[in-house]
Amino acid sequence: MPSIHVEYFAILREKVGKSAEDLQTGAETAGALFDELAARYGFANRASMKVAINDEFSDWNASLSDGDSVVFIPPVAGG
Amino acid sequence: MSDFEFLRERPDLDALRGSVEDSHSGGYVAFEGWVRDHNDGRSVLRLEYEAYERLGVKEGDRIVAEARQKFGVTAARCVHMLGELQIGDLAVWVGVSAAHRDEAFKACRYIIDEVKHRVPIWKKEHYVDGDSGWVNCERCAEGAEHQHPRKAG
Repeated sequence: MPSIHVEYFAILREKVGKSAEDLQTGAETAGALFDELAARYGFANRASMKVAINDEFSDWNASLSDGDSVVFIPPVAGG
Repeated sequence: MSDFEFLRERPDLDALRGSVEDSHSGGYVAFEGWVRDHNDGRSVLRLEYEAYERLGVKEGDRIVAEARQKFGVTAARCVHMLGELQIGDLAVWVGVSAAHRDEAFKACRYIIDEVKHRVPIWKKEHYVDGDSGWVNCERCAEGAEHQHPRKAG
């Protein structure tokens, strides 16, 4: 199975209890990976969230490749 | 020097102003966002900013470049603080200089509005009553132990 590096920020980091992890996953898309982790860690649904792959905004249907870095982005609050 | 930067130490405001000085500019507009003592009806004690910095700098740079192109300003920059801040501290600074004031005002407004909506920065407020919460994130995790504020200010 592909290995994916996932980083967590803000409320997701607190929920997971760590800043990053490497996961072996069968999830083929960013959305499927989110759903897998949401079930494990208790994230709410992804309607309000965005996703980045390899430090660029992506979409939930984007397919994942071995070695990709994924970040889920909860609603932002800068300024 | 990047047009958008994250900082952990309070910047020298005169130096920031100097970074957008230009002999082609006849006007300078700056915006400072400060930490205030209340949000959404609750008394705020202090707050923390956290960012996904690698993407945040890219997106911030894109926003400043868009503002330059849309409004034809001479120079534009934005810095956003990270880490723990107290009431009254600088949270964000935007500076724009342009030939004329109108485009400087518009570009400054554009940058702060887009930064608030697009740059992956999160704000955790600590309240006087001892509670705390990630702003805008009350529905991001199931079974959240704390009540979270509804929206950013």
